[in-house]
This record gives sequence, structure tokens and C-alpha cells, in this order.
Amino acid sequence: MGMTIAEKILAAHAGLSKVTPGELINAKLDLVLANDITGPLAIKEFRKIGLDLVFDKNKVVLIPDHFAPAKDIKSAEQCRDIKEFSREQDLAHYYEVGRNGIEHCFLPEQGLVVPGDLVIGADSHTCTYGGLGAFSTGVGSTDLAVGMAMGEIWFRVPESIKFVLTGKPKNKWVSGKDYILAIIGKIGVDGAQYKAMEFTGEAVTNLSVDGRLTMANMAIEAGAKAGLIAPDDKTIEYVKDRAKKPWKVYESDADAKYSEVIEIDVTDLEPQVAFPHLPSNTRSVADSTHVKIDQVVIGSCTNGRFEDLQIAAQIMKGKKVHPDLRAIVIPGTQQIYMQAVNAGLVQIFVEAGAVVSTPTCGPCLGGYMGILAKGERAVSTTNRNFVGRMGHPESEVYLSNPAIAAASAVLGRIASPEEVL
Amino acid sequence: MQILKGRVFKLGDDIDTDLIIAARYLNSSEPEYLASHCLEDLIPQLDEKVNPGDILVAGRNFGCGSSREHAPIAIKYAGFSCVLAESYARIFYRNAINIGLPIIVAPEACRAIKEGDKLEVDPREGTIINHTTSEQYKGEPFPPFILEILLSGGLIPHVAEKVKKGD
Ligand code: SF4
Repeated sequence: MGMTIAEKILAAHAGLSKVTPGELINAKLDLVLANDITGPLAIKEFRKIGLDLVFDKNKVVLIPDHFAPAKDIKSAEQCRDIKEFSREQDLAHYYEVGRNGIEHCFLPEQGLVVPGDLVIGADSHTCTYGGLGAFSTGVGSTDLAVGMAMGEIWFRVPESIKFVLTGKPKNKWVSGKDYILAIIGKIGVDGAQYKAMEFTGEAVTNLSVDGRLTMANMAIEAGAKAGLIAPDDKTIEYVKDRAKKPWKVYESDADAKYSEVIEIDVTDLEPQVAFPHLPSNTRSVADSTHVKIDQVVIGSCTNGRFEDLQIAAQIMKGKKVHPDLRAIVIPGTQQIYMQAVNAGLVQIFVEAGAVVSTPTCGPCLGGYMGILAKGERAVSTTNRNFVGRMGHPESEVYLSNPAIAAASAVLGRIASPEEVL
Repeated sequence: MQILKGRVFKLGDDIDTDLIIAARYLNSSEPEYLASHCLEDLIPQLDEKVNPGDILVAGRNFGCGSSREHAPIAIKYAGFSCVLAESYARIFYRNAINIGLPIIVAPEACRAIKEGDKLEVDPREGTIINHTTSEQYKGEPFPPFILEILLSGGLIPHVAEKVKKGD
């Protein structure tokens, strides 16, 4: 019996020739990540273990991105705590504001994660790196503390669900975001609970690496432990000039065992909108155009990459943001910000009447930089639309791809790009 | 692990970590501060209503969403002695065990138990007695490995013991 890509990566890191779903293993970690929210708690727990130093100062990454640049004094203290710990431990990978970005945009961009890696992060969207063919998963601060101390943690080997996406979408605005929203809409927010999702098929291989990272990013929204896409030439092209270390390509065997295989033909798929208050609450954009909105957010670890900004700019070019609406554009990293400046995208956004923010998680988790008042509605390219996620418990978030978000910004209601162009 | 006794606070399906502790409070990791905002958008003034030992009972996919350990910490320090749910989101389950908060998978019990019922829970055996209705249920027992962590009082004391012994 063969193994899936998830099983192969876990086996290799546990020093085993074979693992099977359900098995509990101890596996060695290539990278351990935390941010300004989860880091301070992890450091507090680390101190209780009784070791002075982290397992490897080159394999612990700390990034202030959630409430950074600090939104208030308490946030500033959390940012300070992770910086001081980085200095004390002489960590090679601490990145200060102005030289960083949203962690899950930043790590792949900087070549800090590569195909075949086993990564844990004290952030649920750590699953993003599956888009490069790494096994990466979110954990809490205590698991992270143990990871920082020992360089290994326990895993329960997950079963895998294979998704085969066939066809070419007729609608040119359909993106990786729409694939993953459609999948979550189909299987539900616990449809892949404890499992690894493996995305395959021509529709997936046709995606850019940016699009694949978007898909893997939202695996957690179906409850999954990881979302994986086997590396191909595109992946290697992306990785080869960035990688700070050697990579290893793992692929699923033809006779690998899956708990389920789900085929989806994307030919007739329309852009998706997830209605409040669950990412699984999806409808096609055509069924959503009656919803008036107050704010649009284009950014986050889901859709804050260069390709996302390009698409949004293409739609907003020469247009104006609706007079009653705020549009907030947040490049995912400093490098993406610079690219957007050089490509003239920032000018397009500002001329349209949008705000362009420094990279930060900000409004995605209701932190700052665009919080919703009671009764307000936002279209957002982020990944969660839970009650109160972006502000007041009686505000609403609608999730979409960047093209829909940009068109909605112009019309002041949920809209298709065709209505604007 | 001792027998837990308390009154039930009943919640529905897909209770996410933003509902358990909203991100606007994550600029602190002080347990008491987090506890004072636990579930506040769902149960206003929770801190005035909970008696130490009370029990949260929920539906499917409890704790979905973020990896914030602040969520089980808020629940624990709000005074809840344990959580029963039909199922849990993966990271939340791990986090609760890691901080020493017993959480039990008990689908049948969770469907039957009502708000305000008085329960007695043996986390080690997974047995649940509803004193209000005199019914008894069996939750899923913990795998031995997880029980070991809970018996140490959480993952950190568990690992610290090992470090001290030098293995
Ligand atoms: S952008 Fe949003 S989802 Fe992504 S890491 Fe930041 S807060 Fe989390």
C-alpha cells in the first residue's frame, strides 16, 4: 500500500519508513513559527520547561504582524516581548515591522519554508505552506513552546481526502479562492476535521503558486490539519531563487489510501461569496448582488499577494470607490508593497479613493485598520466571517476573491467585475 | 483526576474561537483578563453567572477557527471545570488538553443535556451523570497518551518532568 504526500512527509520526519492514519508519532520540525499574539504566551510556557535555549536558533521564526505596527500599548508590549526573546535567544529569524509582512505571505516569499518541510506555527493559517508541498499545521502556544524547546512534537497521522479539480472555468474571474470556497461550501466547516486535504487535478496545476497558497490557506476553514498540493515545475521555479535551504519533493503514490476522493468539475463554477457567519455559507456572486456594503478589504494571508493586488487594480483602474464606502488595500509583505508601487498599482488604488495600508493582519481579525461598526457590512478577501470577526458582533463579513471585492468597492454592493468593466 | 460537578451552560454548533474570546482582547494573555471576556458576545456578563465547576456543553465542531490558546484559557479561568461537545475542532482539542482542561467527546450526552442541568463528570472514565434527569451517559475515553498529559496537569508539566529526568 502506498502513502500520501502527507504521510510521506510525516514518516520522513519521524524517522519511519511508513506511517498509517491514526498512528501517534513524534516528528522533528524544520521550522517553528509564532507571532505577536501567540508568541508571548508560548514564551511564557517555554520558560516553565526548564531549558535555557530553543532547540535551534535558525529554526524559530517570530514575526509581529497581527497588531503591528502596534495598535495600542498592550500590543506594543506583546511585540516588545517577542523581540526581546528573539534577541536573548539570538534568533536568526526575527523580522521587525518595515522588513516583514503577514507571516504566511512572508515565509514562502523569503524561502523560509520549502517543499517537504514539516512546520508548526502558533497560527491556524500555518497550513498555507501546503501550497508549496510542505506539511504545515497550526498549533496553540503550548505546543509551540514544546516545539521551540525540543524541536519535535507529537502528531496523530491524519487520514487524507483527495480533491480532484477538473476542467477550466469559463468565468475568467474564478480563482483559487473560489475553488476553496466552493469546496468548503460543499463539505462544511468540519468536513475535513482532523484530516489532510490534498488538492489535485488540472484546475489546481493551472493555478499560479499564489493561487495555490490561497487554496491551502483555507484548509483550516474545513477543519483540516493541513492542505497539500504536490510540488511541480511551477513550485520549483518559485522556490529555487528564494530557498534558504535544500528542499525535497514528495508526491502521493498512485495506490495511496484516501478516506474519500471528491471530484469537482470547475468548468461552470461561478465566483463564490461566503455569507455571514460561516465560510461554508457560500453562494454564487450572481445570487449576492443585492447586498449593500460599507467596507471592502483586499489583503490578508489568503489574498494579499501580488497577483491578488494586480487583479483588484485591473478592475479599479480609472474607477472610483463608491462614495458611501471605504476600500482598504493591504499588501501582504513589504516586498509585495514595493512591487505594487513599482507596477503603478498603489497609484491606481489611491486615485480610485482607496486606502493602502502597510502590511498587517489588521482588520482581518478585527484588530484595527478598518473595524466595522454595529450594522456595517464588509466584503473581504480574508478567510473568516464569524460573528464579530471584523468588529461589532452585529456587523457582517462576506468573503470573496479580489476581483469581486474590487468590483464591489466600486458599486457599493456585492458585484461582478463584468458590471464594472 | 477528580470528579467534576457543576451546572450546564449549553451552546450550539460551530462555536468559533472568535466567539469564545474575541480578537479585540488578544492584546493580552493574562488569564483573568481573558476570562472576563469569555463568550461575552454570546452570554453577556458570563462572569457573574458562572459558579466554579460549571460545565460547558456544546454541539459539533466546538472551538473552530483560530489557534489562539487564549480560548481554552478563557474558559478554564472563567471557572468551567470541563467541556462536553459532540465534536471539537482539532487545534482547540489539542490546546485544551495541553493546558490541562478536560474536554470530552460525548455526542449522545450533548444532544440530551439541557441548559441548567446539574452534572457529575468523571473525566478519566468519561462517565456523565445528569442529576436533573437521572440519566447516565458515556463519553469517549481519552487515549492513554492524552490521559498521561492530563494527569500531569498539562503538556508543559509533562515535558518539564521529562526534561528533569533527562530523557
Ligand atoms: S491575515 Fe488574518 S487569517 Fe491571516 S494570519 Fe493574519 S489574522 Fe490570521
